[in-house]
Amino acid sequence: MIRFAAIRLVEIAAMLVLMSFVIYALIGLMPGDPIDLMRSSDPRMSAADVARLKLAYGLDRPLFERYLAWIRDAVGGELGYSRLFAAPVVAALWPRLVNSLLLMGSSFVIAFALALVLGILAARRPNSGLDAAINLFCFAGVSVPTFWLALVLILIFAAGFGWLPASGVTSAGSSDVGDRLRHLILPVATLSLASAGGYTRYVRAAMREALAQDHIRTARAKGASEARVVFRHALRSALVPVTTVLALSFGGLVSGALITETMFAYPGMGKLIFDAVMGNDYNLALAALLLATATAMLANLAADLAYGWLDPRIAYR
Amino acid sequence: MRLPLLLLAAIAIASFAGPPLAAALGIDPHAVDLLERLIGPNAVHPLGTDELGRDVLFRLLEGGRVSLSIGIAAAVAAAALGTVIGLVAGYVGGWTDRVLMRATDALIALPLLPLLIVLAALDLSKLGLPAQLVKSDEISLLRILALTLLVGWTTAARLVRGATLVTRSRDFVRAARSLGASVPHILWLHILPNVLGPLIVATTLSVGDVILLESVLSFLGLGIQPPLASWGSMLSNAQELIASAPMLAVYPGMMIFLTVIACNLFGDALQRRWDPRAN
Repeated sequence: MIRFAAIRLVEIAAMLVLMSFVIYALIGLMPGDPIDLMRSSDPRMSAADVARLKLAYGLDRPLFERYLAWIRDAVGGELGYSRLFAAPVVAALWPRLVNSLLLMGSSFVIAFALALVLGILAARRPNSGLDAAINLFCFAGVSVPTFWLALVLILIFAAGFGWLPASGVTSAGSSDVGDRLRHLILPVATLSLASAGGYTRYVRAAMREALAQDHIRTARAKGASEARVVFRHALRSALVPVTTVLALSFGGLVSGALITETMFAYPGMGKLIFDAVMGNDYNLALAALLLATATAMLANLAADLAYGWLDPRIAYR
Repeated sequence: MRLPLLLLAAIAIASFAGPPLAAALGIDPHAVDLLERLIGPNAVHPLGTDELGRDVLFRLLEGGRVSLSIGIAAAVAAAALGTVIGLVAGYVGGWTDRVLMRATDALIALPLLPLLIVLAALDLSKLGLPAQLVKSDEISLLRILALTLLVGWTTAARLVRGATLVTRSRDFVRAARSLGASVPHILWLHILPNVLGPLIVATTLSVGDVILLESVLSFLGLGIQPPLASWGSMLSNAQELIASAPMLAVYPGMMIFLTVIACNLFGDALQRRWDPRAN
């Protein structure tokens, strides 16, 4: 298993290097470049200034040479300067990463708690009315466009009743925890509602499979209470596939809330990636995209490891 | 199974028959009437008009035509590409298989939305595509198709590869081979029919995914561009008027939601019918 993890880590590192080059090359293909942007905002700049700036930033050199220079600096921990934030990349990333983790983390917990309850309820009475209603909820969750759900929630709870704030992290000038939490409610509700459906389907399927096994019948036959059968015997084996899904979904921790963050003007990683890409902020976009990619691939590895760890029948090759 | 199918059929018929019907009746969904901006539902405009005085109902049907066309075309194209990749990987085996499947794994592990945003924002003329194509009205449509094709083939590839591996050593395939059947013949007539059911289910389910993806990109301003309109781009435009005309944003989102949920329910029903193990 250690060998398996080591090989996979090397693969992930190789993949990240490859992705960094692909992203680097792609960003060069975006409309305009930073110097053009400077020029359009300052009409006094002459063609000679442009040429000098391109030389100073190394934009006159071939793509691969520029990439090598970038990755040499990046490996040394020097990720460059963000143009949009007028700050070093790490300083621009950090607070947004914390915001995203807070938003995604709380949505995960709520969505999973909801999925466990609904999934177990549905699996215990398959094909009942309750099961059908939960099934419809699941399909609604996987089918709803996140931005529309966010919009409807804003229309009802922010614009309609005026109960909750529709955007931002805090009210202007406020720094108390209650205000911060109130700003989290609508984005977290959007994300949890949209993701709980998919999780519920996994929990339901895993629980149904677990409840159909022989040892469950044995447990019932020896007189174990229903709660003990469901939680102690069935849930334990159902949690194996569910944990894998949980680990996989950690891959979205960094960039998974892009749409929700955009809708609620919530300064997180997803919105940062979008703004950096659209604003030609090369250094920031590269670092953020690579961070998102690394998280997703590590989550994938974690899912594979968790699966083998929880179910000894799985062998690593 | 009947209800989602009926819903889908109703949306499709209205979207594809609506615009020609409007044209026959002399209604132009693109007609701008600045004196009739943002009026509520009435006898002439059942759902009212938008910020340029265009009829909302006909705009919705127009948007549906674009969204549905993209959803179906891209899902089928991606399934076809995945089928070819899966057949090659499964039948040839060895290194080809290993490389193709690692590529599939890698693609599945990537955070797709941020990367698609980069791809959707690319300046196509820098890629060396002819200017005539880059400037054409349909380029945003082709771009979405290409993006979906790029990321959408993995499910079909895995399905088809699995079935090919199982089927290729079965006796009837060996018999066909020993009778001198060519490889394309074996793949097409002996292997593909065995995976057709699950493939159709996966494609049906992915129509919904593609419509969602298109709506997200259009919503971010990176998908369908004017003069074309899809549900996603309509919603994006309507967002600015959210305070004065919220229904302009609610309608297209509702259409996306209904269409996608109908696709998913229909795909699920097909799966239950064809694969007894699924339930």
